[in-house]
Amino acid sequence: MTFLSEYLLSMMLAVPLVGAAIILLIRHQDQEIANRNIRNVAFLTTCVTFVLTILMWIGFDNSNPDFQFVESYSWFGDTVKYHLGVDGISMLFIVLTGFLMPIVIAASWESVQTRVKEYMIAFLVLETLMVGVFSALDIFLFYVFFEGGLIPMYLLIGIWGGVNRIYASFKFFLYTLLGSVLMLVAILWMVIETGTTDIPVLMTTDFAADVQNWLWLAFFASFAVKMPMWPVHTWLPDAHVQAPTGGSVILAGVLLKMGGYGFLRFSLPMFPEATEHFAWLVFALSIIAVIYTSLVALVQEDIKKLIAYSSVAHMGFVTIGIFVLNTNGIEGSIFQMLSHGVVSGALFLCVGVIYDRLHTREIGRYGGLAINMKIYAVTFVIFSMASVGLPGTSGFVGEFLVLNGAFQYDSWIAFGASFGVVLGAAYMLYLVRRVIFGDLTKDDVKAMPDLSWREKAIFAPLIAVVLWMGIYPKSFLDPIHTSVENLIETRFPEEAARQKQSVKAGAPVASSDDHSADAH
Amino acid sequence: MMYKLIVFLPLIGFLFAGLFGSKFSDRISQLVTAGLVTVSAVLSWMAFADVALGGNQYTVLVLEWVSSGALSFDWAFKIDTLTVVMLVVVNSVSALVHWYSFGYMEDDPSKPRFFGYLSLFTFAMLMLVTSDNLVQMFFGWEGVGLASYLLIGYYYKKPSANAAAIKAFVVNRVGDFGFSLGIFGAFALFGSVMFDDIFASADQYADYYINFLGTDFHAITVICILLFVGAMGKSAQLGLHTWLPDAMEGPTPVSALIHAATMVTAGVFLVARFSPVFEMSPTALAVVTIIGATTAFFAATVGLVQNDIKRVIAYSTCSQLGYMFFALGVSAYGAAIFHLFTHAFFKALLFLGSGAVIHAMHHEQDMRNYGGLAKKIPFTFAMMTIGTIALTGFPGTAGFYSKDMILEAAYASHAFGAQYAFVLGIAAAFMTSFYSWRLAHLTFFNGECRADEHTASHAHEAPWIMRLPLVILAVGALFAGVVFADMFVGEGRFAFWNGALVTSVGDVLDEAHHVPFAVKAAPFVVMLLGFIFATVMYYKVTDIPERMAKTWDGLYAFLLNKWYFDELFNFIFIRPAFWLGRVFWKKGDEATIDGFGPNGVSHAIAFVAARARKLQTGYVYHYAFAMIIGLSLAITWFMVTGSSH
Repeated sequence: MTFLSEYLLSMMLAVPLVGAAIILLIRHQDQEIANRNIRNVAFLTTCVTFVLTILMWIGFDNSNPDFQFVESYSWFGDTVKYHLGVDGISMLFIVLTGFLMPIVIAASWESVQTRVKEYMIAFLVLETLMVGVFSALDIFLFYVFFEGGLIPMYLLIGIWGGVNRIYASFKFFLYTLLGSVLMLVAILWMVIETGTTDIPVLMTTDFAADVQNWLWLAFFASFAVKMPMWPVHTWLPDAHVQAPTGGSVILAGVLLKMGGYGFLRFSLPMFPEATEHFAWLVFALSIIAVIYTSLVALVQEDIKKLIAYSSVAHMGFVTIGIFVLNTNGIEGSIFQMLSHGVVSGALFLCVGVIYDRLHTREIGRYGGLAINMKIYAVTFVIFSMASVGLPGTSGFVGEFLVLNGAFQYDSWIAFGASFGVVLGAAYMLYLVRRVIFGDLTKDDVKAMPDLSWREKAIFAPLIAVVLWMGIYPKSFLDPIHTSVENLIETRFPEEAARQKQSVKAGAPVASSDDHSADAH
Repeated sequence: MMYKLIVFLPLIGFLFAGLFGSKFSDRISQLVTAGLVTVSAVLSWMAFADVALGGNQYTVLVLEWVSSGALSFDWAFKIDTLTVVMLVVVNSVSALVHWYSFGYMEDDPSKPRFFGYLSLFTFAMLMLVTSDNLVQMFFGWEGVGLASYLLIGYYYKKPSANAAAIKAFVVNRVGDFGFSLGIFGAFALFGSVMFDDIFASADQYADYYINFLGTDFHAITVICILLFVGAMGKSAQLGLHTWLPDAMEGPTPVSALIHAATMVTAGVFLVARFSPVFEMSPTALAVVTIIGATTAFFAATVGLVQNDIKRVIAYSTCSQLGYMFFALGVSAYGAAIFHLFTHAFFKALLFLGSGAVIHAMHHEQDMRNYGGLAKKIPFTFAMMTIGTIALTGFPGTAGFYSKDMILEAAYASHAFGAQYAFVLGIAAAFMTSFYSWRLAHLTFFNGECRADEHTASHAHEAPWIMRLPLVILAVGALFAGVVFADMFVGEGRFAFWNGALVTSVGDVLDEAHHVPFAVKAAPFVVMLLGFIFATVMYYKVTDIPERMAKTWDGLYAFLLNKWYFDELFNFIFIRPAFWLGRVFWKKGDEATIDGFGPNGVSHAIAFVAARARKLQTGYVYHYAFAMIIGLSLAITWFMVTGSSH
């Protein structure tokens, strides 16, 4: 057990690679048998990794604000280290990754028939890179994982994608790379200036205020594209539309969270003054994103595009929550990211189910599925409701905490973002109406069979998690608490007192106080 | 334990019908759901005896829910008199509607789904009324919204039912927009979302101010008005009422349960629950009064001219909810809940009765195709008549006690808007009587049946399982007033409410007992006038309505089209939303962001390259490479210069 806990994170990184290596060696004259073996190995590998992530969750000490499961070895030179560890902010993202991977493999069981070997290898390598991003404690190591993740995803879209996959994969790659290059420059500057690549050290380093601004902007360029925030979001709908189902699930489920994670790991603790300084920019962009992309989602004719735009809107809530710099906001945004990872992943799987049957994403081609695909209809409605943020589902808790946190910061933010709650219901229910309800008139739609046992097995855990997160979110919030409190107390000690000022006794004050002026 | 059973039995019913409905016969699902809700109903009456009559109060913790920083709330029940009154209303009506639906949904192919939804609704409503904090209430609030959405859209093959379902959900979301901001505001002010904490410290915060949208406002007023916006959505008050008439697309038992007796009263419940806080803000109460009174009047005018039997009753519901709200607005909380209680009986009776009529007439709902049904379905006629006299407030019936109490309280009150409410309330009482009797005449008298030969000859009385719930509700409609008046609004109210509502000696209810005789008689007089007008126009000289509609064609069209609210909202909200969506998508994302961004850059570079004839590879990554180099240089330069000073 000690061996396990000492090398747990490294094992999580290694297991998928080992799986990939085994797949590489699988050869058989009969392609069918080879593919079956490849799938089995990939599934087994991701399951093992998932078990490891669960062990990490069990072993995680909720009351410890420091990094846990730490491993550190010198890598090259004296500065750059192989340094891993998790805290409350990163831990559950790894569990999310571990949870989604077996589901993605299972979902690709039948829909991927060409180049199965390469497909599975790409996913397994991607898993290592994703776990690496969330566990790296060396900024250089982080950058390698962060950028490395682009390559398998680029291949997944470019090779197994739809008709317009080349355009989409380039757009995805260039957009995200463009942002990351700015971040790389900033990282280099920081490393030269401080002489260390150690993230925990950098988190307590105080940079000069004007330098913080430049560094913050450079990191922002990268994370904003990754989130994605308006107006650098246009790669996402194209990437989602063209990506294979599994790719979309991982893209929405995990890759988008790297932006939010990056803000929490780098921007907030390393550049606290710049964070406060630029918060208004984030709020403005986020509120625009929430309203703008919700309206765009309303008029989409393509199911995947609609869900992609809804992701941008949901990520708008996340960025708001991070930058209101209070407990509710940050915990809410982490929770919202976890929830969105499950819910939007599940929605893309839902799309995959009917895409596999009819090979079109056009909403107008469907209708009346409640009649011949009853279980599917129920599943789809459950995830739609979670997406809408119905209380009792995972979507509510994060959204509620974020908005409550935002209200404590400035009621304008909560007011603006709440439009997203109304519009979210509108576009989602409008989608449900067109796909699930209505009469069943089209012959090819009539012929679509309901969920197979494999598909049911994929959705069952997702539904369970969505309800669990909605009804008993404590299991997920408890590990987050200490790290978030620690972040706020050490880096933003004055925020809490300042945010109390919106409520006061006695007669109204003529001029509004400084923090509301700050926010406009 | 008993309270957990009351709340969770319907949930078990829902899960059973949902998960195993297809495994067993339909009858099993029906019996399980209806049986469990009936047990819940019996237990609710026991709870009523224990809490309301015995004076006990309980808090029941079920499960921890959320705890984040200073914000923390649980799944927990607060059981006081207000809660048990709601438990009794919800579970009784729900149980009756379940049994009634055995008959009404006899020919429906997916009964487990219907009964499951009914039980789901009941569960969500119970979570709403038992909540001990604002967030669990919000859970119930949205949960009933979901059940309502599913039930309105029950006939999901019909485009109109789908549209109505979405409309109901989205309009309610607009209300919830206010509700959720109200919760955040309450947390900002009180530092808690638990009812007990809030009520205990409400007077402490009486002169606090809160910065809302850049301006300092009286904190409690802001919070109350925001919460009231939520109540307006759920209780279909003016402006957010447009979903309720459309909700009649759902099966009739649903209309009786959700859109008459229970869900739509949630807003009234919310304000009553929050009475200790509303008491601190005369401004918020005035808003409640004005909106309530205007709705009572507005909905009654529209009800005058509708031809669909369910829509008449729907507008009537909307109007009666207006009464409850202005009762709350003038601080007559007991009267509001009393009317909620009696209204549940007679409005459910009217809806289920109209369901029996619709059942008899092969799902025809247009009253112009009814007529002369008194002879064909005398039992239904008798039941509907009891519902009508109770609604119009005939002396001795339930409506008489509760509605007259509200009007007297409005007259006696000195609060802002109370006189306005009294005048509109009397006017609405006249119209209530008129449209109710108009409905009765058009349906049961007014010459011979105007439906086609087949339907008319097959008009038949409903089966006993539909008739029995009508009888029980009729008993309530007749006697609920006289039995409970003293407890809800009379001398017994202090012991009865036991702190669940704001009550005090010499309050508006006391004053209401001492208003002039003319005020006490006014509702009766206008009720009689309404009856006479309706009888003359629809029984004696039946061409008057047509002539009036021709003479006043502008007014008639205005009322028939429901004051053009739908058209207005369509014009100012829905069409612009879709238009904006398209503009943002095509002009914003595609033309501007992509046009100047990635596509523009690659085109521009391609263009330059073609001109210069230097780079002829055409690979995007070459251009991108140049781009990245350039941008990296730029940011490096900025950082170097930035750090040097």
